[in-house]
Amino acid sequence: MKYVDEYRDGDLARKLAATIAREANTGRSYHIMEFCGGHTHAIFRYGVQDLMPENVRFVHGPGCPVCVLPIGRIDNAIELAEKHGATVCTYGDMMRVPASERRSLIKAKADGADIRMVYSIRDALKIARETPGREVVFFAIGFETTTPPTAVAILEAERERLENFSVFCNHVLTPAAVAHILSSPEVQDHRTVAIDAFLGPSHVSSVIGSRPYEAAAEHFRRPVVIAGFEPLDVMQATLMVIRQLNEGRHEVENEYVRVVTREGNVKAQALVAEVLEMRETFEWRGLGEVPNSALRIRDRFAAFDAERRFAVTTRKVRDAKSCECPSILRGAKRPTDCKLFGTVCTPENPIGSCMVSSEGACAAYYSYGRFRGSDAGGAGKGVPATTQEAAE
Amino acid sequence: MTMMGRFACRLDVKAGTVDMTHGAGGRATHQLVTELFARHLDNALLAQGNDGAAFDVPTGRMVVSTDGHVVSPLFFPGGDIGSLAVHGTINDVAMMGARPLALAAGFIIEEGFPLADLERVVVSMAAAAREAGVPVATGDTKVVEKGKGDGLFITTTGIGLVPPGVDPSGAKARPGDKVILSGTIGDHGVAILSKRAGLEFETEIRSDTAALHGLVAAMLDAVPDIHCLRDPTRGGLGSTLNEIAQQSRAGMRLDEAAIPVSADVRAACELLGLDPLYMANEGKLVAICPADAAGRLLAAMRAHPLGHEAAIIGEVVADGNGFIEMATLFGGRRIVDWLNGEQLPRIC
Repeated sequence: MKYVDEYRDGDLARKLAATIAREANTGRSYHIMEFCGGHTHAIFRYGVQDLMPENVRFVHGPGCPVCVLPIGRIDNAIELAEKHGATVCTYGDMMRVPASERRSLIKAKADGADIRMVYSIRDALKIARETPGREVVFFAIGFETTTPPTAVAILEAERERLENFSVFCNHVLTPAAVAHILSSPEVQDHRTVAIDAFLGPSHVSSVIGSRPYEAAAEHFRRPVVIAGFEPLDVMQATLMVIRQLNEGRHEVENEYVRVVTREGNVKAQALVAEVLEMRETFEWRGLGEVPNSALRIRDRFAAFDAERRFAVTTRKVRDAKSCECPSILRGAKRPTDCKLFGTVCTPENPIGSCMVSSEGACAAYYSYGRFRGSDAGGAGKGVPATTQEAAE
Repeated sequence: MTMMGRFACRLDVKAGTVDMTHGAGGRATHQLVTELFARHLDNALLAQGNDGAAFDVPTGRMVVSTDGHVVSPLFFPGGDIGSLAVHGTINDVAMMGARPLALAAGFIIEEGFPLADLERVVVSMAAAAREAGVPVATGDTKVVEKGKGDGLFITTTGIGLVPPGVDPSGAKARPGDKVILSGTIGDHGVAILSKRAGLEFETEIRSDTAALHGLVAAMLDAVPDIHCLRDPTRGGLGSTLNEIAQQSRAGMRLDEAAIPVSADVRAACELLGLDPLYMANEGKLVAICPADAAGRLLAAMRAHPLGHEAAIIGEVVADGNGFIEMATLFGGRRIVDWLNGEQLPRIC
């Protein structure tokens, strides 16, 4: 535990906070989008925003794997279980994400569909081996972090000639999303959404390296600093961003040097490339169709591709009316700007996907930060706590 | 024991399994009850052999509480469903300030359940009840078809007597009161989870399952006016404090640095992406008492073996929202909310 405690040291945090306060130019503001839900979670769980000066704001990005999955894909997973009678295995976070017609995987399970919560794709493989007569589908979601295990599992299934195992592939890619957000009109005219810089993903970058962000940093002239998920990582990376902005630089820097290199994990990349390939386009909740932003299973492994095996077609489904998840995922709105936040939409009864996962911005606001603004001490940090306040 | 002679063959506890006849109410049921349950749980009340147990009680206020136990796995480091079923209900009775008098136990057994496991559970239950000095006075056994249960479910009901002048309640927390925790949190939850997920840690984390009525009695001796007593079981400390805050219409301010968590539990939670604040406990309690009595109460708790790591972790404040706010170790602030759904590890 010593290793982890060093990245949560309160004394170091106060010193870093003092440096940030000293170096942040009071004549301007710093809007820093933390891409990953892991960062959002750390910021709220440790109260990092409390240690920042007024003009340094975190804008929460779309890096929450369950948040960005469109409703149509969740409908597909339910169909795999209900229509095709498959055993659908998925991560726990997926279970409560709202699908069409107020359904979800957990409701489908309660209605009798065989849907199982697993900790990794290996558990799904094991279930497939143990139940040879049953179709077992792994509902694969996640950014680049979770792609190597998917590739390995498919290779393993091929080697074992496992005939009842397939993967419903929904892996999405980070650099495409970063570029997409920065190229959107609302960011470009810098009036509706202010994003001055990015905190780059930590675990994702351990796989893909820091190089894939270089094009976007250069093209959109925005600094990207890759940051670990510990609170001191977030603060150190924030300081690095502030320095870049003060000096007019827009480079890709790496705070998370203990894990991330420029080239990333080349072996993992090769495995992923062997099994998965780029989709021309993929729908993201909040961002819409994003070109070259997701992966599918290569033809050679078609037998393990649930989309082909069960002829899956995905319908476009509109998000719930007045749910602001799409704008929140783009950084255009804060959770508390949403009329549903904390009233109709709560972690127990999520309307939008951002309220489901602990990596979602709404869930983080709700679980850790909704006291802000409710008393004098917490007010004024740019995080309105109530819908009334947000509407003012 | 002559009763054994009533059956032609003895119950095959070594290799036998429970079948539907054991729940049918006939001779097989009777044999199971006699040779397994009554033999181990042996006490005067049970020996009455009637549909219920009858006994005299002094006058005063009674407490009744019930708890269903559906833990998986049934056996875990530090305990099993049997000891848990005894401790859990004794603790619920004790949290009302009562002295537990007797337990009733209902067993729902799945067809095919090994008799050897059943005996192990009942032996453990008997040991826990004996150690606590609270007899299992009456019981019931049902057998369900294979696939209609998860091995074994045990429901226990406890009754207890409240000493005069004692009346703790979740609705009694008042601004200024101190919040005291009896020891480290998360041990039971992590013990179960590590077993369930097949995780092998270097050191075995053991459940803290224990009967807390002795500790409670010592606490009430020192401070009869304890405002609230509650054991943070499912949902953990975070959810328990929220329950109290809601009932009392008050908020709390906690200090993360003051909350005891063992290094092993902290490491396991870190690895699994979980928060010890929401992990279950089966041998810990939270007490809320007036500030001027807190020192006395803390001393009494620390003098007891089940409370030697007790600590004041925060205080009750006036807050219409009922928020539990915590100063983090890191120097920021956060809410400690109810547990939402289940705790889940991070994906990416």
